[in-house]
Amino acid sequence: MERIPILRMGRLLLVTIQVDMHDRLAMTLQDDLTTRIVTDRATGVLIDISALDIVDSFIGRMISNTAAMARVLDAQTVLVGMQPAVAITLVELGLTLPGVKTALNVEKGMALLGKSYQ
Amino acid sequence: MKNKTGTGQAQQLAGIINEHHTELLDGWMAGLIARLVRRDKIAENELRQQASQLLPLLAGALESGDSFDIEGGAWDDTRQLIAEISQSRVRQGYSPIDTASFMFALKEPLFGYLRKAITAQPEQLGDAIVSTSKLFDELGLLTIAIYQKAREQVILRQQQELLELSTPVVQLWQNVLALPLIGTLDSARTQVVMESLLQKIVDTGALIAIIDITGVPTVDTLVAQHLLKTIAAARLMGADCIISGIRPQIAQTIVHLGVNLEDVMTKATLADAFVVALKRTGSSISYQQQAH
Repeated sequence: MERIPILRMGRLLLVTIQVDMHDRLAMTLQDDLTTRIVTDRATGVLIDISALDIVDSFIGRMISNTAAMARVLDAQTVLVGMQPAVAITLVELGLTLPGVKTALNVEKGMALLGKSYQ
Repeated sequence: MKNKTGTGQAQQLAGIINEHHTELLDGWMAGLIARLVRRDKIAENELRQQASQLLPLLAGALESGDSFDIEGGAWDDTRQLIAEISQSRVRQGYSPIDTASFMFALKEPLFGYLRKAITAQPEQLGDAIVSTSKLFDELGLLTIAIYQKAREQVILRQQQELLELSTPVVQLWQNVLALPLIGTLDSARTQVVMESLLQKIVDTGALIAIIDITGVPTVDTLVAQHLLKTIAAARLMGADCIISGIRPQIAQTIVHLGVNLEDVMTKATLADAFVVALKRTGSSISYQQQAH
């Protein structure tokens, strides 16, 4: 079955979404990610969506939920690389992802997570 | 039978125009200049040139088309020339009256020659004058229609330019952008503002954007909602926003309307917002004592 890889960098987990997310893939990712946060004792999760041109309300809610789950497991989530068009669409949909931290790219996201880690 | 008369009239009119070309042109020009509001030499020369171009086309169309119906194929060249003349009038800022008079001024000299040509039968003269008059009325209306259309295009273009001009995003410092908003924020403008801000964030990698609303005349719930949308979109791209330039009256309105700006950092002036932005990005400005 198709899976989205989760990479570990120290105590951070890096998820790069490069394919169009369909609903089952999103649910599998949520399962995998929560499991990995626990097994790897991760303190931060970086989700890179720079390759996504379309984010619908389901994926938006999924990201928001994942961030909430990670927070419960004591890991911070940073969402990076959102395209301008995607940002506008999400805002028009009313999904402003209030609990999720954001950064422009992976580098800045790492810096943000590193700052809170120290 | 009626059609036949119409045909004869068209041919006759064409004959008159061809025969008395120069005299007609002079009469037309005299009428035009008398009506013209703006009087200068260049305008007169241009008018004369346009008139002398139009006359043979008119005669040609009447002759080959055999009718007064200006929608016909024989009138294509004439219609096109009239369109060009009308459009150039719009660009030069002529009034619609001046533009329409251009066609109407030809009536009088033409009627004169018609009267001379058909002296024997008053009835035929009456018919000829009525149909010729109708023809020129239609041409005049065509002029106005094209004038109006060209005007609308000008307005549309200006609107577009205004939209683009009024949403500059400037980089104040490394990682700090400023977005001075001027004029009312409607949803179409919000869209443009949002797009240009987000694009600039991608281009410069900015961390903070200062939205200055000194130039926004009023802030109602709708404008506030548009502002909050822009801020939310910028946040999704990883940039924080500061609203600055809030005038005392606007602060009062915002509170009276119950708009919730608590999650957004607000500052009274752009200078205050800039200082905060510098602090956040780790830069600072210091004054140097000047040696006397």
